[in-house]
Amino acid sequence: MMIRYANSKLAAAAAALLPLAAPVRADDGWGLLNMTPGVTDISRKIYDLHMEVFWICVGIAVVVFGWMIWSLIAFRKSKGAVADTTLVHNTRVEIIWTALPVFILIAMAVPAARTLVAIEDTRNTELTIKVTGFQWGWNYDYLDDGVNFFSRLDRASDAARQLLSGIDPTTVPNYLLSVDHPLIVPAGVKVRLLITGADVIHSWWIPAFGLKKDAIPGFINELWFRVDPDKTGIYRGQCVELCGRDHGFMPIVVDVRSKADFSAWLKTTAAQQKQAAASAPAATPATG
Amino acid sequence: MAYAHAAGAHDDLAAHDSHKPHGWRRWVYATNHKDIGTMYLIFAGLMFFIGGFLAMLIRLELFKPGLQFFDPLFFNSLTTMHALIMIFGAVMPAWTGLANWQIPMQVGAPDMALPRLNNFSFWILPFAFLLLLSTFFVPGGAPAGGWTMYPPLMLQGGAAFPMTIFAIHLMGASSILGSMNVIVTILNMRAPGMTLLRMPLFVWSWLITAYLLIAVMPVLAGAVTMLLTDHFFGTTFFTAAGGGDPVMFQHIFWFFGHPEVYILILPAFGIVSEIIPTFSRKPIFGYEAMVYAIASIAFLSFIVWAHHMFTVGMPLAGQLFFMLTTMLIAIPTGVKVFNWCATLWKGSITFEPPMLFALAFLFLFSIGGFSGVMLAIVPADFQYQDTYFVVAHFHYVLVPGTIFAIIGGVYYWLPKWTGKMYDQTLGKWHFWLSTIFVNVLFFPQHFLGLAGMPRRIPDYAVQFTDWNMVSSIGGFGFGLSQLLFPYLIWKCIKHGTPIGNRAWEGAHGLEWELPSPPPFHSWETPPSEAVLAHAAVH
Repeated sequence: MMIRYANSKLAAAAAALLPLAAPVRADDGWGLLNMTPGVTDISRKIYDLHMEVFWICVGIAVVVFGWMIWSLIAFRKSKGAVADTTLVHNTRVEIIWTALPVFILIAMAVPAARTLVAIEDTRNTELTIKVTGFQWGWNYDYLDDGVNFFSRLDRASDAARQLLSGIDPTTVPNYLLSVDHPLIVPAGVKVRLLITGADVIHSWWIPAFGLKKDAIPGFINELWFRVDPDKTGIYRGQCVELCGRDHGFMPIVVDVRSKADFSAWLKTTAAQQKQAAASAPAATPATG
Repeated sequence: MAYAHAAGAHDDLAAHDSHKPHGWRRWVYATNHKDIGTMYLIFAGLMFFIGGFLAMLIRLELFKPGLQFFDPLFFNSLTTMHALIMIFGAVMPAWTGLANWQIPMQVGAPDMALPRLNNFSFWILPFAFLLLLSTFFVPGGAPAGGWTMYPPLMLQGGAAFPMTIFAIHLMGASSILGSMNVIVTILNMRAPGMTLLRMPLFVWSWLITAYLLIAVMPVLAGAVTMLLTDHFFGTTFFTAAGGGDPVMFQHIFWFFGHPEVYILILPAFGIVSEIIPTFSRKPIFGYEAMVYAIASIAFLSFIVWAHHMFTVGMPLAGQLFFMLTTMLIAIPTGVKVFNWCATLWKGSITFEPPMLFALAFLFLFSIGGFSGVMLAIVPADFQYQDTYFVVAHFHYVLVPGTIFAIIGGVYYWLPKWTGKMYDQTLGKWHFWLSTIFVNVLFFPQHFLGLAGMPRRIPDYAVQFTDWNMVSSIGGFGFGLSQLLFPYLIWKCIKHGTPIGNRAWEGAHGLEWELPSPPPFHSWETPPSEAVLAHAAVH
């Protein structure tokens, strides 16, 4: 697409200018300025959409702000400007600037609708995991494989985040963005999450995957992602719906592994959990 | 016929004129639109500083990662109370205060149509906010579920929960009564010859705002009452376990909430439409288009509510509908911005403090408008939702948007109210400090949101430190700069230089035909057609 091509050129130009100001890294501190393209097809589509709309807005801003600034300089009373008090109405230009935005909006709405349809296509998923948000952590249930575990803020972050803990957060690896048991998923597989809440509303989000969805008690929301096969690694996010005192302290970490590694892990973990359940004393029937 | 009613009110008021009330009775028993307007504005100013103080505490905790000052629950109370105080305590009373002062003068009336109702709608407010602020001292602390009060979280609130809801009921009642007064005044008290399409745009914007308020405040009251019965009387409107629906609250809340955000901005459009023509020395461009644009925005505000909740899991058709209706808002808003630009075009422009604030509004509100268009794009909104990008967006439209328009309006009409010209150099200092710091405060929040920082968190991952520090410095600078404002007003009242009827060379409108300060009962006799023609705004 023409627009996308222009985007990448402009973005490259902007990126080239940035280091002149200061040595910055795009993933840290001063360099954190924009959304990242992420590691799924959907997240890249969203990124492109975001940049397209952003550059359209920049274009409009240049025209409108240029017009304002020009007027403010050219029509200063101190420079002898005399007001043209007859200039109060012009049907033709008023129709143009009412109609023109319609076309710009259509140019934004069409790709947005197309991406939205792709996002909502939840067919042909290969792995289903139920995600339950609770105050304050997450439960992951691999529905077809009998694997179930809780995921909470890791101990190092938890110690450092106490009021006046005296621990410098910069010394804690991935402060507030690491958990005891990350969600483990395979790369290259369409993974479906069934998201719900146990107590209040939470929201599940990994920025690199491009989507977020609320975890609502009594509702099951669907969200899917397929991480590029070559993008294995750790991805981090946080709860994004205010859920009480420790809302800021329920991170989400996803460990994306190759299909083979994932299968091996799933098999071992399922066996371990089965054994643990068998050796545990007979539990009283669950009431919940 | 409209005037016969006004004349009746006038006779009644004239009887009091010989002994204009003094002392505490003047304020507690106030029925005069200017006195009540003054009380509203002082109240709004007080709340602005309380809400601003809370905001500075928020920025203090967010200055660096780690928790240095507050428990996370208290931090949540700070964000919740900051929003409730600023929206219901600062902005809305400020608009009602400006409406009280200006509308009777601008439509050629002696006073508001319903003076005792006016007294009542003001005096509800101090009690409402006493109740709300006292929640800081009750067991469990102030409400901490966000100003949006989403259940089930809100239902976990302690003693503050019913107090907050009762306070919201009081604020709602005050707003509805104030709005009825505005509507009745505008529709019945206009001077003969002051047809609707001759009214200044501030009056138009308030007429439409008042209808929005009457339409949606009862919806909010209904929603919070359902919360109350869910908590205390065993209903399950919003509890899934009892067959209720927590998402329904969000639909009802935002059906109120979206018109509400336009309630906060429409009178700002009105004020900017007064200030820009005055200091361009040229009538507003496209007066009728401006009126229709406000009306269109008001109409659209009722059919866009679910764009606040795209991540709750709506059907595709619903998401598309709310995306498209939201994008439509850009059209009338664009018309307004273009008309303001065209008003500047071929004008004779000067840069007094009100004009500076109006111009900053024009630029910075537009930036908030651009991020608004970006937020309308549903797939992108899945990334932006509940991050600092949203915080940056709505603060751009509310602070350099609404708050700047309120400050601009006060700087515009202060010479009229006091009969004295203030220290304009100090006003320019106030402007430049505010404008620089407000951008230092909010612009980096766009970066933080895009980089993935969620809103409403008391502590953050260390890579967000740099921009949070910048934002906090901007916050302290902006907050402290606002102290110039009450000082400037006090100095104006004490030491201002006396000024004639028309404080600004290019000002048009009936208020500028009255002496400065205006008489206690603004237009005791309706302005003649000649005066109306002289005051014509377009």
